[in-house]
Amino acid sequence: MKYKDYYRIFGIDRNASAAEIKAAYRSLARKYHPDVSKEPDAEEKFKEISEAYQTLKDPQKRAAYDQLGRYQSGQEFKPPPDWQKQYGDVPFSFDDIDLSDLFSDLRGGRQRDGQRNRNVPIPGQDYEANVHITLEEAYFGAEVELDLNMPEYDANGMPRRMPHAFKTRIPKGATDGQRLRVPGKGGKGFNGGPSGDLYLNIVLRPHALYRPSGYDLYLDLPLAPWEAVLGASVKVPTLGGLVRLKIPEGTSAGQHLRLPKRGLPNPHGGQGDLFAIVQIVVPSVISERERQLYKQLAGGSAFNPRGHFDQEVHHAS
Amino acid sequence: MRVELTEVRWLDQHHKLSLADLSGLSGLTEAELLELVDYGIFVPVDPKAAERTFRADCLVLARTASRLRRDFDLDIQGLALALTLLERIHELEAQLSDLRARVPGRLT
Repeated sequence: MKYKDYYRIFGIDRNASAAEIKAAYRSLARKYHPDVSKEPDAEEKFKEISEAYQTLKDPQKRAAYDQLGRYQSGQEFKPPPDWQKQYGDVPFSFDDIDLSDLFSDLRGGRQRDGQRNRNVPIPGQDYEANVHITLEEAYFGAEVELDLNMPEYDANGMPRRMPHAFKTRIPKGATDGQRLRVPGKGGKGFNGGPSGDLYLNIVLRPHALYRPSGYDLYLDLPLAPWEAVLGASVKVPTLGGLVRLKIPEGTSAGQHLRLPKRGLPNPHGGQGDLFAIVQIVVPSVISERERQLYKQLAGGSAFNPRGHFDQEVHHAS
Repeated sequence: MRVELTEVRWLDQHHKLSLADLSGLSGLTEAELLELVDYGIFVPVDPKAAERTFRADCLVLARTASRLRRDFDLDIQGLALALTLLERIHELEAQLSDLRARVPGRLT
């Protein structure tokens, strides 16, 4: 079992008062609670903080923790022999147990007979996990394998972290932030208690071409100046394959060209759209002949792209 | 290691949960949920129906509410305020994400 220094997590002295412990918890919880925090490691931090508080706020658990001795954070250790006698009377291995599990099972300063009451069903814990998928996986649906370390109980009712591998089918049309519930796939229950549920939060990986907004997708469509002026028919990649898009004559940069039903599928019917946002790009290097042609165009065109500047200046003066 | 294929359930507006389900799955009591209904945090599918049902995506907010209540010792009034502000943040983040999608990227 690895030691965790709960006092160090709170940044307080080992003989801190209950009020100081509470104040430290409140301050850190406000900063790291995963439901309100934007800190990158908020979830992990809050788990630590919460675990430390669950033990230190309870005078009997705190006394049991203090009697474990002092070690470096992360250091492998075993509780002293008399500790086990005092707080749990059934011998069990401390090797694959987490410190938080040990203390979550201490009630009123005394372990529940080392064994859980065989007649009381205990429901398993719910578990939440982020699932990162590509836009292609969202479009076609996917089977993803999840390796999760779930809290569950052994035959004696002692808590353990057990690795669980699931293959889960992510249905097509799961967009960013979509939550899915996998009933009964959380931590296992004990004494016939129901298993917890697994909650999946879909996170779409950034894509090189498309930016999703709900079921719609946005794609930058680079056009050469002459394609924008004269119109063209260009190939556009969509998640369902290449399609031809007709560029109307006189298309300007920034215009959104809509490709209906080429976005993400809505699992309840229909499909989002793909919007191609026109960008007019120019070659950074041109040949002498091209230069001549552009000069010819410049000399022969009456087009003034900044005509409205003159109007505004006229109105202002 | 055993690998099994499992099916998922959508938590969205197309699926419904009863008050008892929402309570059982979120950890909030039915009384707490009904108080939050009074504050307008949860809106039943048919507010006039005797048996209240909720959109399944309410469960996401209800679980958040349950955690906030437990971890911060919030009373229902404080919880309702925190949830209102969180929902507002989520709406603004969704708007920001939508606007970002519409802004052309830099072509290289």
